[in-house]
Amino acid sequence: MSVINFAGRDLLGLEGMSRDEITTILDTATTFSEVLRRDVKKVPTLRGKSVVTMFFENSTRTRSSFEAAGKYMSADVINISGSTSSATKGESLKDTFLTLQALTADLVVMRTPHSGACHQAAEWVNIPVVNAGDGTHEHPTQGLLDLMTLRDAKGSLEGLTVAIVGDIAHSRVARSNIWGLHAMGANVRLVGPSTLLPADADRLPVTVFTDLHAGLEGADVVNVLRLQLERQARALFPTEREYSRLFGVTKSALRVAKPDVLVMHPGPMNRGLEIGGDVPDLPQSLIEKQVTNGVAVRMAVLYLLLGAEG
Amino acid sequence: MILRGGRIIDPANNLDIVGDLRVAEGKIVAVGGSLAGDSGEQVIDCAGKVVAPGLIDIHVHLRVPGQEYKEDLESGLASAAAGGFTAVACMPNTKPVIDNAPIVRDLYAQATPITGKTGARLHVIAALSKGMHNKELAEMGDLRDAGAVAVSDDAFQVQDSEFMRRAMEYAKMLNLPVLAHCEDTSLTEGGAMSEGYEASVMGIKGMPREAYEMHVARNCLLSLMTGAHLHVLHVSTAREVEIIRFFKQQGANVTAETGPHYWCLTDEACRGYNTNAKMNPPLRTSADIVGIIAGLQDGTLDCIATDHAPHARYEKDQEFSFAPFGIHGLETSLALGITHLVKPGHLSLSDLVLRMSAAAARILNLPGGNLSPGAPADITVFDPDATWIVEPEKFVSKGKNTPFGGAELTGRATMTIVGGEIVWEEA
Repeated sequence: MSVINFAGRDLLGLEGMSRDEITTILDTATTFSEVLRRDVKKVPTLRGKSVVTMFFENSTRTRSSFEAAGKYMSADVINISGSTSSATKGESLKDTFLTLQALTADLVVMRTPHSGACHQAAEWVNIPVVNAGDGTHEHPTQGLLDLMTLRDAKGSLEGLTVAIVGDIAHSRVARSNIWGLHAMGANVRLVGPSTLLPADADRLPVTVFTDLHAGLEGADVVNVLRLQLERQARALFPTEREYSRLFGVTKSALRVAKPDVLVMHPGPMNRGLEIGGDVPDLPQSLIEKQVTNGVAVRMAVLYLLLGAEG
Repeated sequence: MILRGGRIIDPANNLDIVGDLRVAEGKIVAVGGSLAGDSGEQVIDCAGKVVAPGLIDIHVHLRVPGQEYKEDLESGLASAAAGGFTAVACMPNTKPVIDNAPIVRDLYAQATPITGKTGARLHVIAALSKGMHNKELAEMGDLRDAGAVAVSDDAFQVQDSEFMRRAMEYAKMLNLPVLAHCEDTSLTEGGAMSEGYEASVMGIKGMPREAYEMHVARNCLLSLMTGAHLHVLHVSTAREVEIIRFFKQQGANVTAETGPHYWCLTDEACRGYNTNAKMNPPLRTSADIVGIIAGLQDGTLDCIATDHAPHARYEKDQEFSFAPFGIHGLETSLALGITHLVKPGHLSLSDLVLRMSAAAARILNLPGGNLSPGAPADITVFDPDATWIVEPEKFVSKGKNTPFGGAELTGRATMTIVGGEIVWEEA
């Protein structure tokens, strides 16, 4: 494989990313995960660099993960939240980005409810833009940390059968996983009610299931998506009870999967709804590893995009 | 004035000849043959060019009154002239809405010093309902008497079938065409592009074709029921064409239009969150393009109209879901017809001219659209072979929002004549 130079690039999504590109990021993240095991979790790698995180949606996990990643590498991290930003004063996103660039930010991390806003921002400014989740489009660092977690557990992603279960239509995590897993040679299954599958899902590099039993049969990995409860109001599923009965990933549902099946969830979880109440605590659950690897992946992304010298 | 040696295409009179055309006192006085110029008479060499009836666009948004930062009558009517149009009909979704006679009269008064000097003629389409709220009928009798040529709630689609029925009955009594944007908004709410693979990958909420098709069918049924003249705006799907074809065969008083982007582009143009490819109805698929072209060929789609929808740059420079729908249309329409319909052999040049002039005039009962002796001299001269690159910054219109920036197109208006006066000439 050839190591890819990411300096000055954006990270907008995993769609179109090559296996070499993804491997470069995962390998870099693996070296940083060593830093996370030290007593003193601080390296001077990004000293003097300023990283702005701008979150227009609530987020605890992703935001603190990016902030920790920046701080562990000695970057100056400036957090802007949607409610304190100038957006509430009517300023356009473009003007906000031009302002951040003028303030000499070196990189901007954005979470936005609007699909594509990171792509657009990347065209408006010259500094790297990192997508921390845009609407129902992509969440590339989540996709990367899922890939890293799986690779750690299995050694390779080639040929693995990964079932992504839940609300695929509205999931940015699902889209990033689809492209990332496909690039790495895994077989991707989408499992969910027909109302929560995207239009023309069968044209994606996946196999589509509306039956949980069939979708989990022989799977190596099950990645369970969070169910947004407000979807119920829009006639996308009848009740939580029926959803969990038909699509809840419980211990008994997992019986048809491989005996050593691994379980993932991007969080936050609704225990007892999309995932069986005791499933996250099973030995084959990777959920806590996902969180830890999230920091390592985000360190790698900041490091590579800022072109820091090692 | 003599237009000398051009190819005179006048579909309304079944004419396609090479010859001269004379204009005097604002009217066409002689067509064809070789005319000797009187002393001092202006002679314009049209060799290699097409001399056509002035093109007419019956669906444009000129943003007056209220949103003159997007377009005003000066820029909009001059943009029309630059695109080869001698007349346009403007939509009433302005601020305030064109729903009362004084606004209609004011628009005509504002256009008077522009028309025939620096721009095209203006025809005003009035709102179907007060404030375009689809609740109370606008005073259509007043509006007609003030000069409104049709009524429409374009951009504020009528959902209530009973309201649409009554509006059509009333408009029929007044002999006013009803122009309908057909869309069941319960299926499209929150959507920003066509539902399908591209929208799924982009994570953009889709606007399914069926939302549009079912309201085309509903409105055609209401036209059959009431006898009103229904004109279906901006047809975008193959099945809409089939539905309209069916109802025309049933004898419904229905006409329809499509716009250049619906035969040139698919939803792939939205990739990269290109807000200049965001319009409503949204861009569809290549199968729809096939259906649209078939509709233009057999006349199911009577005319071509651009839905010219200028917006300020900063409005399009927003998140895809926030950016307003609509694109610039006037200065690329003729070239997109020649490049993508005539050159590949889908439509003859004469049929393209027909659908951009006489057929459009007929729908709104407008004068013009022909080169008959005695008719007002509204004439478009264009070079069907000229190639050019679309440079939005050079548009006369204030709206630079086009998905065709950088495209190489063939065919360009070289002179636009309104009432015998040259209002635009290629530099």
